[in-house]
Amino acid sequence: MSFIKQVTNKPWERKGIIGPLRPVGAFPVPAEKVALSFFLVVVAVIFSLFSVSYFIRMELSDWAPRTEPAQLWFNTGLLIISSILFQWTRNLLKRGETRNLKTSLVGGGVFAIAFIVSQLLVWNKLRAEGITMTSNPADSFFYLLTGLHGLHLLGGLWVWSKTTIKLLSGNAEPKDIRLSVELCTVYWHALLVVWLVLFGILANT
Amino acid sequence: MAYVPLADQEQELHHPHSWVTKYVFSQDHKVIAIQYGSTAVAVGVVALVLSLLMRLQLGFPETFSLIDPSSYYQAVTMHGMIMVVYLLTALFLGGFGNYLIPLMVGARDMVFPFLNMLSYWVYLVSVIILMASFFAPGGPTGAGWTLYPPQTSMAGTPGHDWGIILMLASLAVFIVAFTMGGLNYVTTVLQARCRGLTMMRLPLSVWGIFTATVLGLFAFPALFVAAIMMAFDTLLHTSFFMPAIIEAGQPLDTAGGSPILFQHLFWFFGHPEVYIVALPVFGLVSDIISTHARKNIFGYRMMVWAIIAIGGLSFIVWAHHMYVSGMNPYFGFFFATTTLIIAVPTALKVYNWVLTLWEGDIRMNVPMFFAIGFIFTFIHGGLTGLFLGNVVIDLPLSDTYFVIAHFHMVMGVSPVLVFFAAVYHWFPLMSGKMYNETIAKWHFWLTFLGAYAIYLPMHYLGFLGVPRRYYALGSTDFIPESAQALNANITIAALIVGAAQLLFLFNIIWSLKNGKKAEHNPWGSASLEWQTPDVPPVHGNWGPKLPSVYRWAYDYSVPGAHQDFIPQSTPEADEPTVDEQHFDPDHDQSKADI
Ligand code: HEM
Ligand SMILES: [Cu+2]
Repeated sequence: MSFIKQVTNKPWERKGIIGPLRPVGAFPVPAEKVALSFFLVVVAVIFSLFSVSYFIRMELSDWAPRTEPAQLWFNTGLLIISSILFQWTRNLLKRGETRNLKTSLVGGGVFAIAFIVSQLLVWNKLRAEGITMTSNPADSFFYLLTGLHGLHLLGGLWVWSKTTIKLLSGNAEPKDIRLSVELCTVYWHALLVVWLVLFGILANT
Repeated sequence: MAYVPLADQEQELHHPHSWVTKYVFSQDHKVIAIQYGSTAVAVGVVALVLSLLMRLQLGFPETFSLIDPSSYYQAVTMHGMIMVVYLLTALFLGGFGNYLIPLMVGARDMVFPFLNMLSYWVYLVSVIILMASFFAPGGPTGAGWTLYPPQTSMAGTPGHDWGIILMLASLAVFIVAFTMGGLNYVTTVLQARCRGLTMMRLPLSVWGIFTATVLGLFAFPALFVAAIMMAFDTLLHTSFFMPAIIEAGQPLDTAGGSPILFQHLFWFFGHPEVYIVALPVFGLVSDIISTHARKNIFGYRMMVWAIIAIGGLSFIVWAHHMYVSGMNPYFGFFFATTTLIIAVPTALKVYNWVLTLWEGDIRMNVPMFFAIGFIFTFIHGGLTGLFLGNVVIDLPLSDTYFVIAHFHMVMGVSPVLVFFAAVYHWFPLMSGKMYNETIAKWHFWLTFLGAYAIYLPMHYLGFLGVPRRYYALGSTDFIPESAQALNANITIAALIVGAAQLLFLFNIIWSLKNGKKAEHNPWGSASLEWQTPDVPPVHGNWGPKLPSVYRWAYDYSVPGAHQDFIPQSTPEADEPTVDEQHFDPDHDQSKADI
């Protein structure tokens, strides 16, 4: 029974079991996915509020916009490839195929790590040019937003590493890691969207 | 992957083997609830002592020299922040949420027991960080619980170096803990309900806790974001919030930031926060009133929708805390309107509580005293909120004792009364013992009348224009001498109320050991948590088989029934029930005659 249907019925007018023989959750998916959706809402709120703060702060007179380094386009490419590889892993598991499974799973994480490393290189380059956390509010926001996005990705990589170790060490059958991979995939896509939005905001202002 | 509903899965219960895993690093929601609750009460006692120190200063400025102006500000700040976040939020969600959700939805535990345990320990870390600021160089921050910049990091503010950093760190850690717990509560309510328990058969306690948790998941990020930017402003001298300032003749190295931006972020969290506390309270008190009035809750569905409506509206009223910060008059108008609109569903709930009592078979048990006391204090505080919601009335009253009176009635006294109601109501379940009724009734009258003795005069002080957060009034033309006499009286009342809480602590601790053994379900409650095979419920709650639910949680005094309540898990043998084997919700016979 759907959530909306549930909150509109009047159970006190009915006795007995409502619903089928088995208990029903509000959503026909594993609990982990429900929890992840709520977590993604939290993440979305965090980044939205940072963006709103960004736009409000931008209006003030000391704001000095900067052209973002071109390397960010390359980094965006890395993150997109990472997301694609996760999607591929998920699809392989869904179809029950094992060929290329390890490659795609490991590859997904490696490209994400490459993204983070490359972001750090951008930081380094900017710092060398004298662009620091305190040089201008626009720069403060640049470091803050990219840093936070990176931290979120690191959190995802932690789950990814546990999953990968399980698979590579042979402690888990492909089907045992299916849920973890599905969750990672959703998370990766979400962080990709967050990055695209952030990049869009940073590049256009 | 075929989806198997949670309540149907063979649940792997993590069975504790040693004393440590059973009582310390426990994954049992009931143990975690008690840990959360006791930690919250323990910091609450610290905050209470701080408030008494402040009262001694205000009531008898010449007699006591316990605190100087700096420590007064530190006390104000820590008192406010501890009470709002570390006591009330943790108590109702971490404490009652943890205890009641799995029992009321007929689950064996939270869906992620390990995360649940982690949530408590991370919360404990946040409390320890906060307490550490008392011992840090310079002491805790004295910026006021609202932490407005630039004042927070100015040299004149106590704790501007260590204190504020520890406060921000502690808040960030708290938010992490809350998120871990919150994901658990929400997912458990949505996914782990037992057979037959639809959302609209949930007790209002669960609805209140559930909605408050969702609010928290949306609102705490605002505080998190504000805390991060403020931490950078303080540590690295960025200028997110910090404007250009000349301090003691020297310009600071910040410039151009927006303090108002911080206020928006803070109150975007701050206003929903008051409902994060209030909604669980609404839920708990509804169930308590219904049980002890032996009547179904009046307008159940209206109550649920009111909870949801209040939750939604609470996100678009925040700027009523910022009328004096200055804003476009159209915004002022907008926020005043939404603020007054939120009073509509709130008032609805109050009417429904009163109508539940109407012609009920009221049992004046201890929890009922506190619940009815709550109705008084909440109406009272709600009405003063309506005053403050209007821009023109708020301008002179803002930052006076009138505001203190408003939010202590509505967010201090009211939730605390319900906390006591709930402890007295569920104590027999949690401990298997009864408490001493006489002491509990003394505790009620001292607390209830004492609270009025404290806060009623504060409204008057507010009208006089006595400002809040002042260490001493000094001599002013507009504040008459008599205000000081009133202040002294308030302090005496506060000391009495403070001492009366020792009755509560004594009663609870003493009864744990020496109380009479409680009967199974002593109040005759219909909801699931009282239907466990063991009292207090053991690990796993339900024995070999999960319960099934055949009715809502409010079947009290049903005509024709041989008992004045019918538990949710009782099938109605006499009435035609739905044929379970061939039940199809879309072609349901019993719907035809609705
Ligand atoms: C009828 C509903 C309510 C209305 C119209 C209302 C309105 C207001 C307004 C306008 C203020 C700002 C006063 C000022 O600073 O000048 C205020 C302060 C406050 N209210 Fe309410 N309120 C309502 C209900 C509540 C509830 C239910 C709670 C908590 C459970 C609450 C807790 C607070 C707190 C904590 C503050 C003070 C915050 C501070 O400045 O430190 N209010 N209220
Ligand atoms: Cu408010």
